[in-house]
Amino acid sequence: MFSVRIGPAGFRVGSDWRRPVAELEDLYRDYPKPEDGVPDFTVRLFAARPWRRVVRPAVMIGGDFTIPDAAPLPLDLGLLAAEMGMNLQMALAQRRYLLLHASCVERGGRAVLMTGESGAGKSTLAALLMARGWRLMGDEFALVDPATGLIHGFPRLISLKNESVGVMQAALPDGRFGPPQLATPKGDIRHLVPDARSIEAMAEPAVAAHIVFPRFGLERAEREVPPAETFVRLTQASTNYVALGERGFDALTRLVRSVPATAIDYPDAATAIAQVEALA
Amino acid sequence: MRYRAADRASLRIVPLDVLTAIYHRASGQTHIVEAPVPEILAALGDDALDVGAILDRLARDYALIDPDPAALADRLEELAAAGLVIRT
Amino acid sequence: MSARLLVAALRDPACTGEFNAAGWTALISAARAEQMIGTLAVRVAGLPMPAAVARILEDARASAEQGRIAALWEAEMARRALAAIGVPVILLKGTAFVAAGLKAGQGRHIGDLDILVPRNRLEEVEAALLAAGWEWVKPDPYDDAYYRRWMHELPPLIHRERDRMIDVHHTILPLTAAPKPDAAALVAGAVEIGGGLSMLSQEDVVIHAAAHLFADGELAGGLRNLWDIHCLIGEYDTPGYVEGLRARARVHGLLPAVDRALRLSQWLYGAGAPLTLTDRLFVRRLLGRDGWGRQRRKAIEFGFYLRGHLLRMPPAMLARHLWTKWRKGYRPVH
Repeated sequence: MFSVRIGPAGFRVGSDWRRPVAELEDLYRDYPKPEDGVPDFTVRLFAARPWRRVVRPAVMIGGDFTIPDAAPLPLDLGLLAAEMGMNLQMALAQRRYLLLHASCVERGGRAVLMTGESGAGKSTLAALLMARGWRLMGDEFALVDPATGLIHGFPRLISLKNESVGVMQAALPDGRFGPPQLATPKGDIRHLVPDARSIEAMAEPAVAAHIVFPRFGLERAEREVPPAETFVRLTQASTNYVALGERGFDALTRLVRSVPATAIDYPDAATAIAQVEALA
Repeated sequence: MRYRAADRASLRIVPLDVLTAIYHRASGQTHIVEAPVPEILAALGDDALDVGAILDRLARDYALIDPDPAALADRLEELAAAGLVIRT
Repeated sequence: MSARLLVAALRDPACTGEFNAAGWTALISAARAEQMIGTLAVRVAGLPMPAAVARILEDARASAEQGRIAALWEAEMARRALAAIGVPVILLKGTAFVAAGLKAGQGRHIGDLDILVPRNRLEEVEAALLAAGWEWVKPDPYDDAYYRRWMHELPPLIHRERDRMIDVHHTILPLTAAPKPDAAALVAGAVEIGGGLSMLSQEDVVIHAAAHLFADGELAGGLRNLWDIHCLIGEYDTPGYVEGLRARARVHGLLPAVDRALRLSQWLYGAGAPLTLTDRLFVRRLLGRDGWGRQRRKAIEFGFYLRGHLLRMPPAMLARHLWTKWRKGYRPVH
């Protein structure tokens, strides 16, 4: 059994196979354990039938909260299955914080949130900013505390897809990367361990300073996004806005009324980095 | 047909820019609305009014560009479907 | 076996004082698997526990409260839709418990809105709901015909704006089941609970929970259902109540189900009760979750699955149903 704390959330992962657990233990070796030894969420990786542990092993993702028709993954993708399982718990059942599907970096106590559709480059941009000295608060989820309005990080392993893997290997020659997860439903994936500072500071919240909506593959452009549009976009980027009820409404209206938002179009990563650093 | 606004205490109305966010506590739903929805809710107050009476109140408090009862009736029906006003 | 931990914690919340981290972890997983985490959270509120557990349970209470608001709103929207045709909304299951402020509703998970309407008003009700924004979930003519011919409810409807389901029942058991509850008596006995809403009488609400538990299939949600029954009995129990309940159950042809539900809820959550051999099989099934929230005892699970289907459908009809499913490309789960 593997257990870990990522930002404010504790997990345990049980597996019918040793290998995914060994990979998790290695990659998350510098992370703390769940507070009080009680994880918030349970994930299980299990064989659909007993013999599928050994014959063409297929990993089913289970846990406290699951979606009914999740397809199994081959054992080579066991690490990815575990990461998906942990993300799923957060997406389906996080109720303490407003969960935004956004990457987040921090410098000087000020957090920049980046959110957009799949392919907008939010993971890669966050990883590149980390390589430039920003603290990585998360490449997938950012958590807004309804009580304080502060942003809490969720710095799990950074999930890099396809060309981003090479980009980050070049940017971080000493970076720690997980085993290649090839031919996944989202292409070739490789996980990058956040740097030591990002892991050490993961429990420290930050003040939201800017919300960025990046779009890749277009001429450089910037447009201020008004609060109501930001509000609607962020409700769509949240998995638990409705479930939080009035706390979610409070957290989100407060965020969009106090934090400027900008949509940026960018042709390449270097341009995007310059745009984000100019905003923050 | 007369209309009554949902209980004032059950509505959180937060202006964002030209649009306004309304949280309806009784339903747990959020509505993003534009003018004249907040104005209609304010005009209704605690009373049950028909379209003509609502239009009179709006005309008293605002400079109406197009005081069209049919358009107002459409807005009221939309608000009734959303639960923000109740047909009585 | 962590389902045992869940039952123990619900019966005697103070016993959680002995739990270590592993015990709490297993308890939380079992409670989530049984969709009883909110109920547990309300039950153990205020007792000493690790900070991490207190936070998890606080979140569960907030979730249940939000679920309560959403459920009551769905009931209100159904009431508004049916007020025009003069059909009163009789709430069933979880929504009824929270609308009436019953202990069984505290922290309870609530799924779809279930309502009971008189069978001779069914077509009007259907039309009124469609006009108010509900739509058919599955536009499959076979399923639709099956529902209309054999089930105790309309095919499920979902609201196109709010994305919430409503199940409109005209009785409490499928028409294929052996017991034939007196649906007209259920409607006639309904009691008003305020806000223009009604629920089943004190006797019928327990009978419905028992019928649902044993006749409706796979015993899924059994621990929650029996907790409902335990709370309802505790709330209603005045001298003569149980005798009245049993007499009423006999009218509906559901006395065996009610007697078993009473024994099992007493055994699990109350002062204990003598169990029959069959009761013991039920208990094994009910307590079958391990410390990871997994259902153990697959073999008897299969038995219960078959049983659930057989109770709902006479064998020839079952064969026809499975054959039609098969032809449409359904396969049994491997």
